[in-house]
Amino acid sequence: MEHAFKPEQMTKKYFTPWVIVLSAIALNGLGFLAMRFFFGIGSVTNLNNQFPWGIWIGLDVAAGVALAAGGFTTAALGHIMHRDKYETIIRPALLTAMLGYTFVAMGVFVDIGRWYYIWHPLVMWNGNSALFEVGICVMIYVSVLYIEFLPIVTERFIGKVNLPGFLKKFNLLVDGLLRKLDRGLEKTMFIFIIAGVVLSCLHQSSLGTLMIIAGPKMHPLWQTPVLPLLFLLSAFSVGFPMVIMESISASKSFGLKPELDVLSSLAKFVAPLLGIYLAFKIGDMFIRETFVYLAEFNSTTIMFTLEVVVGVIIPLRMFLSAAVRNSTTGLYIASLLVIFGIVMNRFNNFITAYNPPYAVESYFPSFGEISVTLGFVAMEILIYRLFVKIFPIISLPIKNAGLKAKYAIRGGLK
Amino acid sequence: MSQNRRDFLKTFAAIGTTAATLTAVTPNIAKGSSRRELSIDRKGVLVDTTVCIGCGKCEWACKTAHNMEAGNFDDYSSQLTDGSQRRPSENALTVVNQIDTSIMNSDKVKLQCMHCDHPACESACIVSAITKQENGAVTWDTDKCIGCRYCMVACPFQIPAFEYQKALDPKIVKCDFCYDRTKEGKLPACVEICPVGALTYGTREELLIEAKRRISKDPDKYFDHVFGEYEVGGTSWLYLAENNLVNKVFPKLGTNTAPGVSESIQHGLFAYFVPPVALYALLGGVMWLSKNKDKNEGGH
Repeated sequence: MEHAFKPEQMTKKYFTPWVIVLSAIALNGLGFLAMRFFFGIGSVTNLNNQFPWGIWIGLDVAAGVALAAGGFTTAALGHIMHRDKYETIIRPALLTAMLGYTFVAMGVFVDIGRWYYIWHPLVMWNGNSALFEVGICVMIYVSVLYIEFLPIVTERFIGKVNLPGFLKKFNLLVDGLLRKLDRGLEKTMFIFIIAGVVLSCLHQSSLGTLMIIAGPKMHPLWQTPVLPLLFLLSAFSVGFPMVIMESISASKSFGLKPELDVLSSLAKFVAPLLGIYLAFKIGDMFIRETFVYLAEFNSTTIMFTLEVVVGVIIPLRMFLSAAVRNSTTGLYIASLLVIFGIVMNRFNNFITAYNPPYAVESYFPSFGEISVTLGFVAMEILIYRLFVKIFPIISLPIKNAGLKAKYAIRGGLK
Repeated sequence: MSQNRRDFLKTFAAIGTTAATLTAVTPNIAKGSSRRELSIDRKGVLVDTTVCIGCGKCEWACKTAHNMEAGNFDDYSSQLTDGSQRRPSENALTVVNQIDTSIMNSDKVKLQCMHCDHPACESACIVSAITKQENGAVTWDTDKCIGCRYCMVACPFQIPAFEYQKALDPKIVKCDFCYDRTKEGKLPACVEICPVGALTYGTREELLIEAKRRISKDPDKYFDHVFGEYEVGGTSWLYLAENNLVNKVFPKLGTNTAPGVSESIQHGLFAYFVPPVALYALLGGVMWLSKNKDKNEGGH
């Protein structure tokens, strides 16, 4: 248990065959994005007056926010409850959350028709609107995430400032400023950490409030007044699986040994969290007696069953098993299933469930829409890979142990 | 973590003060607009579908009044007979459909924004670009709208349309109850042009009395229901018809206001910022206690 870890920059080379593939996917997405900006949303998407929201909202935004939940759940565990054991996973989770939310904001930016007015919600308020709440919370939270990331930047550059050319004479000055910033952040970071958790709880649940106003347009299997609670509980339960999945993926990609000890302990939290979510979901179904709809056999009920059985019940059973929790493959598969379940849930809430009264034909995302969504995911992975090479994010065991490492809240080694 | 207890308490005091200030200045935002008093003189239109001959002149007048490509005045009536159930769109704020073309003189229904008394679109709009005006009109503000299309998601009648083909300045398009014309004391364009008096403009109160008078005077001619009187909390546009319009023309909707429970949930989560501030305090407490626990155990 007394392994000492220290976040280090990854040294493996950036380009691999997978990176090339991801770059191609990202470029393809960018191409369709250019089309969207030059010729309008209608030229790229299958959206129309019946279906105003597609996968750019349902997946890029709604699922994106949910999958970035690893940031605030690990912050709550590591920083607020002071479970020091989990310090090593906080930085990767923070980076994912920061990138995740940045891409959520990008998703909103490309989906809204008048993207140049994206700042309007800051000054034109509507306290009745769930979307307003989500928008404001996400904007503040993105800023908080960037602030939480700053100590990593200062840690990276303090004592190593080396500006090119004639800027060299500012090296000392910049270094001094960084040190000052670092000290200031160290004193105040707890404010931002708590704020980050509060903001997350708020907008994760308000995201669930969003579709309530659609009323009877939304299929009763999903339309319920407890949607905000279900969204919050499902965000809680997807946070750690997301961190586990990333950690294992990053280890594989950089040829490191997965930190199975930490991940297995973390996995113990997943089953109870998923269980609570499932209990509320099923309980709500019985209270509203919506299970009658499951007697029908159509695409809607198939999607619901997939979401609940494959995405919640099976991984719940898996996370209950110690054998699964102690195996890298088991953990990986179980975590992927939870992620699948939550992505399905967001997709279903925003797309499958949405049945406008005068729909002529149902919505299916266009090639352009799918390209942009995949492009964003690819870009996120590429930037992640770049960041773990530039900044000390991923923790490595310290060779000459004996020195007892402990991270302070700002993340540095003390 | 290196800040001490005093820092912690000082910051918490500061946060408390900020929260108190926020609470003091925000009651206007937190108060639901659906609880706002509606003007008793707000206007409406009574659509008597049994009178409508389906000439489509209202469609032409609407387009002309809103500077849209209106085309030939005489081409409109033919659109009715093909049986297609058209919808208001970005190219037409109102359309008239014959519900059942197999019956010669069956109900012809003019569709447009219903101008709800408690509009879901107004409640949903992220930037308050949609407003229920004092005269009953639900209008849209091009200077505010960000084009998120949440109003389209919210509208129970599936009315707002969007200019998907425009790269710049796409608009949310819907009937504005001829807000600019009525301000000058003119009638809405569709009401003004209607050659048979199928559309009656007046205060909503008068129109309800008139609608019920027509039903009681001729109970065989009308289905005994004024659509829009109670649906989604009441709409400015009211419909009389020979048959029940629910399910054939309009979706089946309850009598709760259109925003439904969405606003109550929203305000419950944010009741004067108490829940967020309480959560903040709770987490702060946990953070402080667990830190001290660490210390007592020897700093771990």
